[in-house]
Amino acid sequence: MIVFGVALLATCTLIGVYLGDLLGIALGVKANVGGVGIAMILLIAARVWLDRRGRLSKGVKFGVEFWAGMYIPIVVAMAAQQNVVAALTGGPIVIIAAVGSLVLCFGAVALLSRFGGREAPGAGDAHAGAVVAGDADGIAAEPAVTHSARREG
Amino acid sequence: MGHDIWHGIEHVFVEQSLVAAFAVVGGLILVSNLAAKRLTNGRVHGSAIAIVLGLVLAYFGGLYTGGKKGVADIPALAGIGLMGGAMLRDFAIVATAFEVDVIEARRAGLLGVLALALGTILPFIVGTLTAVAFGYHDAVSITTIGAGAITYIVGPVTGAAIGADSTVMALSIATGVTKAVMVMVGTPLVAKLIGLDNPRSAMAYGGLMGTVSGVAGGLAATDPKLVPYGALTATFHTGIGCLVGPSIFFLTVRALVG
Repeated sequence: MIVFGVALLATCTLIGVYLGDLLGIALGVKANVGGVGIAMILLIAARVWLDRRGRLSKGVKFGVEFWAGMYIPIVVAMAAQQNVVAALTGGPIVIIAAVGSLVLCFGAVALLSRFGGREAPGAGDAHAGAVVAGDADGIAAEPAVTHSARREG
Repeated sequence: MGHDIWHGIEHVFVEQSLVAAFAVVGGLILVSNLAAKRLTNGRVHGSAIAIVLGLVLAYFGGLYTGGKKGVADIPALAGIGLMGGAMLRDFAIVATAFEVDVIEARRAGLLGVLALALGTILPFIVGTLTAVAFGYHDAVSITTIGAGAITYIVGPVTGAAIGADSTVMALSIATGVTKAVMVMVGTPLVAKLIGLDNPRSAMAYGGLMGTVSGVAGGLAATDPKLVPYGALTATFHTGIGCLVGPSIFFLTVRALVG
C-alpha cells in the first residue's frame, strides 16, 4: 500500500530528526546535528531490509518515490522564499566573503574528486535520476525500462 | 466586477495556500522546461532555470513586501512558504535516499568526512580574513562573520552564543544567504570543471558547500541523481559548524587577535 511507503518515510524522518536533536544536546549545540542524514541512513537500511524479505512492494516504493520526485518542485519553492534582497544589498564584505569561500570550496571539490577516480553511471543511477527528476516513468519502474525516462529527465 | 473576480481568486489562493503553491510551482517548472528546450536547446537544465526564476521572484517579492521570505510574504502565495519550508524540504531530501547506492556511499565515507572538515574550515578562514580586511578587530565580530561564511544558520547561532551585535549578525546571515544563492546558481555552471558527475564527488561537494539549501538547489539543477549523495554529507555540515563555531573557532580567533 502506498501509505506504508509514505509512513515509512515519515517515521524515518521523525526518528532521524529526533536523534539529530539528541546528538545536538549531547554535544551542547543549539542545532540539529545530522538529523536528515541519520534519517537517510535509516531509510536506506529499511529498504535493504524490506528488499531482503521480499516485502518491498510497488506501493511502498511509490509512496517514497513520489516524494523523491517532488524534491525539485520543493527546491524551487524554497528558492522563491529566500531573502534575496538581503543577499544583494549586503555590500562588498558579504559578496567577497561569499565568493571567496565559494571559489575555494569549488576548488577543493575538484581536488577531492580527483582522488576517487571516475566511473560511468550504472543502470541503477539512471533509475534514481529519473525518480529525483520527477519523471513518472521512472517511479516504481525497473531500471531496465528507464532509458526513455532518462532522455526526458 | 473585474475587481470582484480578482478578489475571489485571491481568496481561494489564501484559503488553499498549499494547493495553490503546487499549481504555481508546477506552472513555473513548465515555463522553465519550455525555456530550457526552446531558448537554450536543452543545454541548460529546466530545473536550473526554475530555481533561478524562483530566486528572481523572491527578489521582487522581497522588494514588494519588504519582508524576509521572498514571495511567501505575499498572502496569496503563502503556501510557497509551507511547500519550500524546512519540513517538506527535509522530508523530500530523506526520500531521495531511497535511490542511494549503498556501496557507493560507503566507499565515499572517508572522503565525505574530509570534505566536511575542509568545508567548515575554508569558508571560516575566508570569512574572518574578509572581516579583518573591512576593519573588524574584535574576536566576536570576526568569528560571527566567519561563521556566516559557513552557512547562514551557523552564523547567527555562533553570533548569539558569543554575544555579537545585531549589525554583525545581519552581515553574517547575509553572507550565508549570498553563499547559498551563489551555490544554487553557480553549481551547474562549474559542475564539469570540478568533476561533479559521480556519487563520490557529489558527497565531497555536499560536505564542502554545506548549506543544505544551496546544495539541494545546486545538485538538482546539475544532475538530479547526485542529489542524495550531496545531501547525505551536507546535512552534517550545519551541525558541525554550530559545534565548532562558538567553541574552537572563537577561542582560536580570540587567541590570535587578543
